[in-house]
This record gives sequence, structure tokens and C-alpha cells, in this order.
Amino acid sequence: MEELYAAGTLPCTGLSSLTKSKFRSIQKDWPYQEHSLPIGILSVFISIQRLSDSGFVRKENSQLAGNSTNNEIPLLVMKGVSKRFPGVLALDKVDFELMQGEILGLVGENGAGKSTLMRILGGIYPADQGEILVEGKPVRIENIEDALELGISIIHQELNLAGNLDIAANIFLGREPVTSPFRVIRRQELYRQAADIASMVGITKPMTTLVEELSTGEQQLVEIAKALSMSARILVLDEPTSSLSPGEAERLFNVMRDLKEHGVSMVYISHRLGEVQHMCGRVIVLRDGLRVGELEGDEINREAMVRLMVGRDISRFFPEVALHRAGKSPVLSVNNLKRRGCVSSYTFDAYPGEILGLAGLVGAGRTELISCLFGIDPAVSGSITIDGREQTIRRPADAIRAGIGLVPEDRKALGVILQMAVRENITLPGLNTYHPILLDRRRESQVTNEQLQALSIKTPGIEQEVQYLSGGNQQKVGLAKWLALSPKVLILDEPTRGIDVGSKSEIYRLIRQLADSGVGIIMISSDMEEIIGLADRVLVMHESRVTGGLGRSEMTEENIMHLATGGSAK
Amino acid sequence: MRKILGMIILLSAICIIIYVGNQRFVSQENAHNLTRHIALLAIFAIGEGIVILSGGIDLSVGSVIAFSGVFLTQAIVERGMPPIVAGLLVIGIGVVIGLWHGFLITRIRLQPFIATLCTMLILRGQARVLVEEQTMGFGNGYPGVRALGDGFFLGLPTPVVILAGVAIVAAFFMHFTIYGRYLYAIGRNPQAAEYSGVKVARMQTAAYVACGGLAALAGILYASYTNSVQPASTGLAYELYAIAAAVLGGCSLSGGQGTVIGIIVGAAIMRVMANGINLLGIAPAWEFAVLGYVILIGVVGDSIYKQRGAKRLGPKDKRTDRKEDELEVEEPTENARV
Repeated sequence: MEELYAAGTLPCTGLSSLTKSKFRSIQKDWPYQEHSLPIGILSVFISIQRLSDSGFVRKENSQLAGNSTNNEIPLLVMKGVSKRFPGVLALDKVDFELMQGEILGLVGENGAGKSTLMRILGGIYPADQGEILVEGKPVRIENIEDALELGISIIHQELNLAGNLDIAANIFLGREPVTSPFRVIRRQELYRQAADIASMVGITKPMTTLVEELSTGEQQLVEIAKALSMSARILVLDEPTSSLSPGEAERLFNVMRDLKEHGVSMVYISHRLGEVQHMCGRVIVLRDGLRVGELEGDEINREAMVRLMVGRDISRFFPEVALHRAGKSPVLSVNNLKRRGCVSSYTFDAYPGEILGLAGLVGAGRTELISCLFGIDPAVSGSITIDGREQTIRRPADAIRAGIGLVPEDRKALGVILQMAVRENITLPGLNTYHPILLDRRRESQVTNEQLQALSIKTPGIEQEVQYLSGGNQQKVGLAKWLALSPKVLILDEPTRGIDVGSKSEIYRLIRQLADSGVGIIMISSDMEEIIGLADRVLVMHESRVTGGLGRSEMTEENIMHLATGGSAK
Repeated sequence: MRKILGMIILLSAICIIIYVGNQRFVSQENAHNLTRHIALLAIFAIGEGIVILSGGIDLSVGSVIAFSGVFLTQAIVERGMPPIVAGLLVIGIGVVIGLWHGFLITRIRLQPFIATLCTMLILRGQARVLVEEQTMGFGNGYPGVRALGDGFFLGLPTPVVILAGVAIVAAFFMHFTIYGRYLYAIGRNPQAAEYSGVKVARMQTAAYVACGGLAALAGILYASYTNSVQPASTGLAYELYAIAAAVLGGCSLSGGQGTVIGIIVGAAIMRVMANGINLLGIAPAWEFAVLGYVILIGVVGDSIYKQRGAKRLGPKDKRTDRKEDELEVEEPTENARV
């Protein structure tokens, strides 16, 4: 054991073949088999080394750390994969290949077929046509177990973790080390193995921490750790950064680079093209179920990807900015607003016609601030003034009466009622303005039709349940319910999260139009590009405090990050 | 509406079977008796249905009926209170119980099941304590009060007329006022409703108040009809009849679904079944089992129908036009089952 420890601290390429074979022998059935390295002195490095060994030892010519990609046989090939859903050809003879140890970007608009392709790979759907080869050998993937057996793991956008269990239990859920006669969980062993794997992906919290107490970013790392514990060698990450702050995303990227160094191949699906450019050596672009292109190395840039994705040039992704602020009095004035159990208070103004960005890392208290403003978590002191009149806001109904609208981040849980009709959703906040008691169905239809037109919402009819609309259209319904009320202040919390490029630019255009019509807009976004591209002014938050405001000219990624990480205003 | 149609067909089928087995089913006496029973059940089933619609549940209904009954008879017979005052007082108690439930559920944040379970036990016990386990009744006095449950109005059994009134008010409220819409929205997703400016706590409390008030009204009618209230057994398990009637009538226990007319049809199925067991000479021991089987057939049939419908007209087909719009192809998970 001493020897192993010593070997592990050597640079990875310096492992002697003797040690390697020892590693292999003890790792054969890892992580089930007991091994007794003292964990206290395990470095992240050893763990990674160990994992990559265990993961790739299955084949004889295992690629050890740091090797360049093997260009001869791709690790994975999908050939001519087609998949038809009722009414739509989701994939049309798509070819896909993944090299050993590469990070491959897979981009395309929503509905282009990325997720379908990856779900076929993961055994969630069967393909109608086509074959899959792993290391040149045809394989059958009929269910999730088959995929896991081949070392293919998918980290879905919606994480599949049990929040009420701790980190270790989640990593080994269903595969806990157990005693042989009674299948009792060997707790010590479980926590030790979990700690080994967790340290590889940079989880620093104790293994006994409940998963629900972790941030989204940390939960994602737990998912990755879980995949690694199953000896995954092909990791598919579906929109992993959509809910991460820039800091957390960077941490994830470091983990990804580390894994890549150790031969894990990754497919990276993201709408954030900047990140794709940053992380991927090769990008495959899908459009309407077809593979429309591949970019490599220097060819990977935003414009090229967008051109392939939409099949046209988006000349102006962000609409033109026009400043309306000059000489106007604020539409919303927040003074010393204090939340319960929060020491600091908020003071800021929003102007009509202005898009006020609210930036900050996840957990900086942005959503809490607007919850307070909207009456979900009513303020304990301070004042909210709208158009010069002070408002008492104790519940959302008060905020709505005062002229505030909120499009919450969690569209499906808070923004719309999925099982209700488009008409019922759009008219819900304004019902009592049509008539104080009675339903006015004619007015409802009229308002709904107006909004459908104004926002070009695509639905077979106003009685369609919102759950059957696409994500972008659901979001538009969530927006339309406020526009129908002509609010004075509209708060948007992550308005484009999980929405594809085409719809995104449409929503940006709508937001700008609204601002131009005199609405004061407050927009929370974790997408720096979005804030810089769209906002007229940005407030940056850090640890529940507004640490500074930046005008258009000062709005750079560096300045925002400086404030978001607790730096003081320059 | 389709669902109600299905249940009406089921009801008709049961009626025809009973009629074929025993023509006395359509005799005037039986018809009066049956509709009276249907009405008595439907009145508090509507209250229960409104609570279920709002996403809650009320288990205290049977106990409220018993408590109302003993309180009313004691107040009138032993304390000499004018019947109208006593009746209003009893309905007031029902309303207060509803407010109490609303308080426990929306402010103290108890689960509806637990909050109303406590009331169920407490009121049953209080009813027994109040009259020291005696069976209460009006005897041969108070013909006016007894006519309320047992008499006729405009040629119809009085409870049927009262039900008509309750149903019209409830249906108007549920289907023609904004508050009805709010209730449906809360039943579907209380948080999203709150974010849309619906005063969720207030509406939920209102639902429990309606349920408590209607249960108290049903308690008065039962006391009047049976002229014999046993604190330990009157109204026992009636909340479960009410829930069964509501579910048969199209309410979903997950909330947000159901209609007043459906609940009445559900109540009718329950009572016609009981009547049929009697008329067809099936041993009374079979009553609960048969009731259970029929409810099971009804809800299983509905669930299968719904699932087949979801498959045939799955989310993907019903979605927006694919050519023009960008859609994520998603699994038809929770969408398929509503």
C-alpha cells in the first residue's frame, strides 16, 4: 500500500508498469471491491489516476492519462440514425462520432434533435434505424442499463438526484457496497469510496451533506461523480451550465478538462455558444434532425455555429439599444427595502423605458430581492414607490395592482399553469379587472387573441393546454399574461433559460420593444452576454447586497465579475 | 363533459338493471325516497367536491353532520331555542369549522388530511359528550322542522329542492365567477396561482368554509329526516361517501378538476346502487362490497379511457406546429397522465 501511495504521487506518465498492474488487480471490480488506501492522504490526483485506470482498463490498450486523441478508431460511432415521432422526423440519418478523450460540442436549436440523439445513445429511446459502434464493434443499446454497461452516462439538464439523501448515498444509489449475507450497507466503505470519487470532481463538502443543501453546481458535480462511479467513459452533458453561475461553470470546466486529460470522452450540449467555443475541439451542428455541419479548431466561432444552426445569418442578435432615461423620473423607486432575516437593505431606482440588468452569481440574492419586491416574501421595512406613489405590497396581488409583473425563473412550476388553457393562463392575473366577480369569456378570448398576435405565440387554439406548447411558446404565454395588463414594471427572472437561439433573439426583441413602449424592465440573468447585450444599466449583487451599478459604457464582463465577487465599485 | 356523459351512461345502465330486476324501482314511493337520499348525499358531496377541486380534502364531514344533528336537536328540544335560530347557529358552526380548517392549513401549514382528521375525531367525540351518548330526536313535535328533511315542497321531496338551490349557487360560483376560476387554478398549481395574484390562502379557506357550511346543512336535514341522531354512528364514514361521489363525478384528488353536475351524478350512482341492492334482494351484507366494486369499475374505466386518449392524441401530436416552431422532443412523461 505504501508503494501505491508513493507511485500515485508521481506524475501520471511516470507510473511504472508494475504499479499499473497492481492498480488494475485491485481495481478489477472497483468500486465494489475493498481497497485500503488511507483516504486522508489521497490526493485528487491519485483518485483521478485510479479512476481512469479502472474505467479504461477493460480494454487492453488502455489509453493512459494525457494521451492525445486516438484518431484511428473513434471510440463511438453512430451511423445513419433515424428516429420518427408521431408527426415529426426528429432525426434523419444522422452520423455521429466521438473520439477518445475529446470534448465534442453538439449544438442546434431546440428541436434540432440533439437530445433525441443523445437519448438514443443513452438507451432511453430506441432508434428506428441506424447502428451504434463502440470501438469499432457494433453494439445494441436497448435500455439504460445497456448504455451504462458500455460506460455511457448522460447528465440531464434536470438532475436526477434524491435531495433527501446525502452525497455518498446519491453517488452509489442502488449500488451500495453491501455485506454478503444480509446485504447490509457497509457505511464506512460507502463513505470512503464516495469521498474518493467526490474529490476527483472537486466536491469539497462532507459526504454526509444532504444533496438538497448543495448548490445546483455542486449537485451537478454529484451527478458527474455518480457517472464516474459507474466507470463512465462517455459522458454526455446536456446544458450543464444553464443554471450555474460563471464561477460554478468555470469549476465544472476545470473538472471536464481534468477528465479529458484522463481519457474520458464528453459530448457537450449547450446553447451557450461562447462556452462551446471555449471548451470544445470539435463541434457537430444539427438542424431539423439533420447533421448540417462540423467545425473544428479555429473554425469554431459564434457566427459560424449560429449560421449553421439557423441556416441563415442572424445579423443582429441583440436589438438596437435606445436610451430613454434622460430627464425621466423613476417608475420604480425602492428605498431601504429589507427582507426578513436579512441585514442589508436594497435601494435602487428603475426608469421607464430602461432595461435594468440584475447580475450576480447564483445565490447572490437576486431572486430573493425580486420575491420581496413582488410580495412573495414581503418586506419588513422600507418603501416601494411606483410612479411617485408609495405602495404597500404584502402579497403578489398587491404588487400586480400596483403595476408590477413577474415572469419567474421556474416557468413550469411558477410561471404558467401547465394543465390550464392558454386563455386561462393569459387572463388569470387580469380576470378581476374585466369584472369584479363574473367571468367575461368574450373579453378573455379577445385579450388572448390580441396577445397571441402581438407575441406570435404558436398554438393550435386558445383552449390548448399550455403543457402541449414548446418551451419558447410557454415562456411567451408567461410573458403575455403580464403584457395583457400593461404593467408599469416588468420583472424577468432568467427569461431565456433553456430557450433556443432563435426564440432567444425573438424574446430579446420583445423585451426591447416593451422597454421602448415605456415599461420599466428589471431583468435577472446569469448569462453575462445577455446582460451586456441587452441591459441599459446593470446592478450587481453579491451576498444579498447590491455592490454596484454600471452604465452601458462601463458594462464589461470584467467589471461585472469584479462586483459580483464582492469587489467594491471603482 | 365527456366524463360526465360516461358517468351518466353508467348511472343509466345501473338504473336499467335494477328496473329489470324489480319494477318497484320506478314506483313513486321509491322514487321519492331515492331522490331524497341522493339529495342528502349530494348536498355535502358538493362541499367536499369544492375542497377536492381546490387541491385539499376534508375528512370531518361525517362528524360535522353528527355534531350538527345533536346540537340542533338539543338546542331545539332541550333548550327551547327557536328552530330558525338554532338552524342558523348550526350553519354558523359549520362555517366556523371551515374557517378553522382554513387557518390550520394556510397559516399553520398543516396538511389538509391531518387538520381535518383531527376535527373528525374531536367533533365526533364532542357530539357524544354533548348529549352523553343519548340518541336525539324531535319525537312527534316540531312538524315544521321535520318537514325540512321528510316533507315535500312543490311536489318534490324538500331536500331535492334544497339541493337544487345549493347546486345552482355552487355551479354559478364555480363556472361563472372569477373565484371559481381561481379555485381551479389553485387546484392545479397553487404557487403559480399565487404568482398570478390569486389570494390562494383566502380561496382555500373559502372552500373549507363552503364544505363546513354544507355539511352542517346536511346535518340539519339528516336530523330532520331520520328524527333520530345517534352521536356515535350518525354520519359515520359519510366523508368517504362524499369523496367517492366527487371522484365518480369527475373530481381528481390531485385537484383542479370536477364539476358540480358531475358530483351530483356521482352521488346519484352511490345512492342508486344502495337502493338497487335493497330492491334486488341482495343480502345487505353485500352493500359495501358492491359499492366498492362499482366505484372501482368507474374510476378504472375512466383512467384507462384517459390513458388511451393520451396515447392516441399524445402530447407530441397536440403540440404546436413543428415546421414553424422549434421544439425540444421530450418524453411524454407527466403530460400523458393528468
